[in-house]
Amino acid sequence: MTVRVQEAPFDIGAEVAAFARGRSDIGAIVTFTGIVRDVGDGLQHMLIEHYPAMTQPAIEKIEAEAASRWSLGDSLIIHRFGPLTPGEQIMMVATAAPHRAAAFQAAEFLMDYLKSRAPFWKKEVTGDGEAWVAAKPDDEDALSRW
Amino acid sequence: MIDVVYFAWVRERIGLPKERIKTDAGTVADLVDELRNREPRYAAAFADLTALRVAVDQELTDFDAPLAGAREVAFFPPMTGG
Repeated sequence: MTVRVQEAPFDIGAEVAAFARGRSDIGAIVTFTGIVRDVGDGLQHMLIEHYPAMTQPAIEKIEAEAASRWSLGDSLIIHRFGPLTPGEQIMMVATAAPHRAAAFQAAEFLMDYLKSRAPFWKKEVTGDGEAWVAAKPDDEDALSRW
Repeated sequence: MIDVVYFAWVRERIGLPKERIKTDAGTVADLVDELRNREPRYAAAFADLTALRVAVDQELTDFDAPLAGAREVAFFPPMTGG
């Protein structure tokens, strides 16, 4: 189980290649990558702020909860902060399990919880100014299915 | 003494990321009342508590949480990770 909170970009290919390498008990790896998207407002960049003292432990807690619910061989969560431009990777989740159902479900669980329980805040900067991205009621509702 | 930290628009509205406060507040809600009475910028930031989340010593909690022994309280809008 690995959690990395970093400003630097990451190489998704290298991360997945190294993830669960050499393990013979893993039958499925699921990965999710979050990308900075311009919704048509002329996004110049996205600023991601976080709470350094809380971010790592909060994500580790979410990861431990996933590990207690599903039979996971391993999991990896990388989340970036700082200024990002459209098309850049924001974060990734990888889950490894003996079977695909657990890997898919655990990845979705991790994403749902990272969305509204990991202390990150996004600000969008466009030519017209800047605005904080508001949390959606759907994000909170998504937690109730777990 | 307690460290109070602010993030995102709460930090912008109050105008600073962190401050050390001398307080006898028993709960987070009591601390919020003290802050609101300080200056209009605090009253503006804490106008609607349903738009805010709070963490005590880096653990997400509620506004009725006790502050006894707490070292750091953080106020921020709902999180938008992922």
